[in-house]
Amino acid sequence: MSAPTTRRIEFIAVAVIATLLIVVFPLLNSAGVISNFTLNLWGKYLCYALLAISVDLLWGYTGLLSLGQALFFSLGGYMLGMHLMRMIGDLGQYKKPIPDFLIFLGWTELPTFWKPFSSFPFAAAMVILLPGLVALLFGFLAFRSRIKGVYFSILTQALTYGGSLMFFRNDMLMGGNNGFTDYKFLLGADVRDASTQRALFIATAVTLVLVYLGCSWLSRTKLGLIQRAIRDGENRVLFSGYAAAGFKLFIFVVAALIASVGGALYVPQVGIINPSEMTPDKSLEAVVWVAVGGRGTLVGPVIGAIVVNALKSWATRAYPDLWLFFLGGMFIIVVLLLPGGIVSLPGRIKTWWARRTAASAETAAPLAS
Amino acid sequence: MTTPREKTHLILTVEGVNKTFDGFKAITNLNFYLDRGELRTVIGPNGAGKSTFFDLITGRTKPDTGKIEFGWDTDLTALNEYEINRLGIGRKFQTPSVYGDHTVWENLLLSLKGPRGVFATLFHRTRSEQRDRIDELLTLIRLDAKRDWLAGKLAHGEKQWLEIGMLLAQDPQVLLVDEPAAGMTDDETHRTGELLLSLAGKHSIVVVEHDMAFVKQIARDGKVTVLHQGTVLCEGQFDEVQSDTKVREVYLGRGKHGTR
Repeated sequence: MSAPTTRRIEFIAVAVIATLLIVVFPLLNSAGVISNFTLNLWGKYLCYALLAISVDLLWGYTGLLSLGQALFFSLGGYMLGMHLMRMIGDLGQYKKPIPDFLIFLGWTELPTFWKPFSSFPFAAAMVILLPGLVALLFGFLAFRSRIKGVYFSILTQALTYGGSLMFFRNDMLMGGNNGFTDYKFLLGADVRDASTQRALFIATAVTLVLVYLGCSWLSRTKLGLIQRAIRDGENRVLFSGYAAAGFKLFIFVVAALIASVGGALYVPQVGIINPSEMTPDKSLEAVVWVAVGGRGTLVGPVIGAIVVNALKSWATRAYPDLWLFFLGGMFIIVVLLLPGGIVSLPGRIKTWWARRTAASAETAAPLAS
Repeated sequence: MTTPREKTHLILTVEGVNKTFDGFKAITNLNFYLDRGELRTVIGPNGAGKSTFFDLITGRTKPDTGKIEFGWDTDLTALNEYEINRLGIGRKFQTPSVYGDHTVWENLLLSLKGPRGVFATLFHRTRSEQRDRIDELLTLIRLDAKRDWLAGKLAHGEKQWLEIGMLLAQDPQVLLVDEPAAGMTDDETHRTGELLLSLAGKHSIVVVEHDMAFVKQIARDGKVTVLHQGTVLCEGQFDEVQSDTKVREVYLGRGKHGTR
């Protein structure tokens, strides 16, 4: 198939899925066909899809297996969470104008760094700025020192683990192990309202479509070519005059921002953010989604995030003790039997079918030649 | 010491260079001077330090002592790989190093001379003169018909040619070419030799090679440098080098490096 044809098919598929997600699902929900619970669940999956794309942009496209993307996802969540906590106002348990956990810790006034989060634009800006700066700083140091392969994976894992330990501490003033919950309002609307949740779902779907299109464009630029060239032959890239570290840093920051926006959309939909979202196993789960869906493609992570999490929603209810075995088993099966993930299935079936028909044609007409 | 006036015709100066890896002396008091436009062939038995020699010039490793200069007075030991490449020193690796998941055309596009920054490449548009240059190179390396092939699917010899094409796309002043004929048929090897000879003059070239027939072909008017145990054993015309007793000893002692 020629490249323009593939791109046209991709465009049509994206347009259809985007219409379904952005228009049809919310309409069906307001008509009562799709329950609030289901829509909310799908909103969560789409946030996970953003996290999965961020993992794949690094792992599948640049060859950098980051086990720290959950950190950026959570940081984005925390930044919006701070605003949501401020919007509770004096409706908390203690009926005081500051978040309950601060009162519990003996604070009577809002700590200074909390103050600007009363403004939504500020919180939204911090969703981009804080994870972006963390990624810039960490990436700069890691890539300048040419940390690669498994060492990069271990370091990113340590980074997110360190983050979770920090946020678990009460004196960090970020809610400790309970994190933030019990949100009331977002932009003047009641967050628990079906219509607010529907709007959040639409916002998530729009973000996902935009991120998808953006990454698809990125992969077709010369920078996208260099990104994959770094994955396949970093030496050649260096000896061709490209500062590979700069390219990796750029991608690392972009991936962190995608994860962060995903996290910020996730928090008002699930109603809670706490440090357990930052633990390394959350990052590992995202890696499994990407592997199952198919790394090195943009559809793969989206499919993987949805399929694995839909399975998780079912399995954790049906067989709560067995879920981790399911997850691990899935990862092993994909690695051993289907390295290209779910997205490689149609191609595999086509090859298998072609071989089968070729073989049967041979047996049917052995004397023809 | 060479005076600046003498140095104007030199493009590479390697003087008194030493390099030790974990106690193993890979390069010992190496002196090497390359003239502008010269085609130099470097031979030497395995482990003579040929690849380390290229690593030192291209910034992959740093010398313990000694000086490595480019042109007038650019100190290469202070620069890293991509900075050295941007000065105009291109390198072909011993095992062909192309981007296997990119097409032949894309491999050349990425190598083409031009801005190397992150944002410059993000908003890059391939201009028509760049397309023409790629077309020219494709013809030169005889991969025109395979321009849309993934480089990983090419035969070994074709990959070698692609990498040479990628080197030329950078339009470097100095080409460091490590075993270009490895894995090629006799005919391909001969054509590679012709290509390198045609590039001399416009570019300064250092070729490391094992294949003596090939060395003889490309060293017809140029000098040959023999490396042995990390230092220059002898230097001169092919015939002089071939009849040198020290060289014969080094090679005959090993036997397998005779004329093929």
